[in-house]
Amino acid sequence: MIDTDEIGSPEADISSSLKMRLFHTLQHNWKSVVVFVPYFWLLLFFLAPFFIVLKISMAEPAIASPPFQPMTEWVDDGVVQIKLVFENFIYLWEDDLYFKTYINSIKISSISTLICLLIGYPMAYAIVRASHTYKHILLMLIILPFWTSFLLRVYAWMGLLADQGTINNLLISLGIIDDPIRLLYTPFAVYVGIVYTYLPFMILPLYANMEKLDASLREAAADLGAKPVTTFLTVTLPLTIPGIIAGSLLVFIPATGEFVIPDLLGGGNVLMIGRLLYNEFTSNHDWPIASAVAIILLIVLVLPMMLYQHAQGKQVEG
Amino acid sequence: MSNQANFVDRPWTDPEAKPFIRVQSLSKNFGPFTAVDSVDLEIYQGELFSLLGGSGCGKTTLLRMLAGFETPTSGTIYIDGVDMTNVPPYERPVNMMFQSYALFPHMTVENNVAYGLKRDGIDKGEIKRRVDEMLNMVELTQFAIRKPHQLSGGQKQRVALARSLVKQPKVLLLDEPLGALDKRLRENTQFELMNIQEKLGVTFVVVTHDQEEAMTLSTRIAMMDNGRFMQIGTPTEIYEFPESRLVANFIGSANMFEGRVTENGPDHIIVQCKEPECEFYIDHGFAIQEGTRVWTAIRPEKIKVSKTPPESVESNQMKGAIDDIGYLGKLSTYRVRVGDDTIIEITSPNLSRPRDGSLVHDWEDEIYLSWDASSVVVLTK
Repeated sequence: MIDTDEIGSPEADISSSLKMRLFHTLQHNWKSVVVFVPYFWLLLFFLAPFFIVLKISMAEPAIASPPFQPMTEWVDDGVVQIKLVFENFIYLWEDDLYFKTYINSIKISSISTLICLLIGYPMAYAIVRASHTYKHILLMLIILPFWTSFLLRVYAWMGLLADQGTINNLLISLGIIDDPIRLLYTPFAVYVGIVYTYLPFMILPLYANMEKLDASLREAAADLGAKPVTTFLTVTLPLTIPGIIAGSLLVFIPATGEFVIPDLLGGGNVLMIGRLLYNEFTSNHDWPIASAVAIILLIVLVLPMMLYQHAQGKQVEG
Repeated sequence: MSNQANFVDRPWTDPEAKPFIRVQSLSKNFGPFTAVDSVDLEIYQGELFSLLGGSGCGKTTLLRMLAGFETPTSGTIYIDGVDMTNVPPYERPVNMMFQSYALFPHMTVENNVAYGLKRDGIDKGEIKRRVDEMLNMVELTQFAIRKPHQLSGGQKQRVALARSLVKQPKVLLLDEPLGALDKRLRENTQFELMNIQEKLGVTFVVVTHDQEEAMTLSTRIAMMDNGRFMQIGTPTEIYEFPESRLVANFIGSANMFEGRVTENGPDHIIVQCKEPECEFYIDHGFAIQEGTRVWTAIRPEKIKVSKTPPESVESNQMKGAIDDIGYLGKLSTYRVRVGDDTIIEITSPNLSRPRDGSLVHDWEDEIYLSWDASSVVVLTK
């Protein structure tokens, strides 16, 4: 009895002191713990896959599973050989299909961003200026589409834009046109889809930005002799630039890599990088090229993302 | 002669003088709520006029209507003889200094001040000269290229003042101009504002909830409550001759007693109060019918305190015990219990310096209160 007690107590002491120490550490470093968890998540599911994709982009394709050659190889004498090829990237550069597709993607997403801004800015402004009751209803209406599946909404647009779709049928029945206009599977349909889908991402940051603007600034401008247009150009517009940048990047970045909208609404007529990537991966089964396309896309998008970060930092400062 | 001089100083006493701002039966409703209720007001050139009242009394709404930010529900506003009722703010000859200062955060101090001049299409050299002159006046020349967020509260306030004065407005509207400043800065700025006003001769209309600020700054004060004026007058008139209990209470503090007029003599009236039991003999300017229910009000500093009974007759005196003492250095406030549960507030200057650090009067001391027959105000509403 006494023996077991003697043996047991130091062990219990150690475990309890360990617990105490752990508790102590947690108590004093809870901030780092809280920060570490999401970072660990990002490390595991973003950074690791990125390096895998980067690795595949520098491999040679092969008829195997997975369809590329391993990066490391055992040569005799137990020496490990690391093989990295840049041919995939050179291939992307040489075949101007890829270059054209990148340019086309950026063109489509830039124009869509601009249209979103032109529609979204007045909308956000109107919501901010609306009375308290209407403000909440209007904001709700902006968020409402998110309650339906994105895919479903794109299919709905197919139904609207098709040759025998709602819009054409309506125009024919009104006698405005005799034959259906080709709407679906055109760049127009892609623009409609992107602007429709990403408009809330433009409005919400603009709204957040404008909501913080002190109304007395506008009054001060008017008081000092500025007509409404001048007030807008000299006070409101410059002070909403952070919102414009945030909204534009939130539209531009995902729109550039968009796959579903060009695929469903653009058909084969609108080349965008998302569709190209998908084709390389599934139809061509060329994982290294697909990975290289993805890496280049990432580089193209990192620049605007850094701008976004910078703008946000500025907004926090202000 | 003396009368003439009086008119220059106090244009509102001159029946010939033309008001610079004339407001006629002006009202503003927000839905069912009446913020400003059919007010009439005349402000003369060069005045420093204060709108004083608690929050929600309509003073800010009235000021915003003068600036043009709110459209009146009814009534008219004339500024310098021109009907301004429906003129937009950017065409009015008035400028406003905002409570939040409303400095443009993306512009330097210099550009903030220049903003109004640029809107008028004045040439660059002239703008530069006038901005420099203004910044020099508010002593901010070395801060010209700073942004507002790099300035202290007092500096921001001066930028706001410079910006609103640079266009040389006929009227400057100030919304709680000193509200955001600490006490010391506030006192300095008060005098600075008065100097500037005197130097430029601009008519100032100030909104404030701070009665001390209004008293120090103003040529006249308009006391507001529930969208109406309770009383308009000079600081002395408002303080010494309040027309209602509300005004008497809002400006400074007053001890008030309910009573009835028992004698209405040719040169005096006598008011008998029950709680505490006391007879007030008042020898100035009141003629009120006997039996009327009235309130007598007496300011804390007008009550004399003594340890021995005053020599005079029974009226205008009370006996009480000190309930509480607030020692403020230059003066002390005493809360004296009289009768069963009436507390009378008295402030008394500490004229002599006690040798041993003890107080002149101590807690629970029995003391006698007395006052002059001219010190009491009789209020009927």
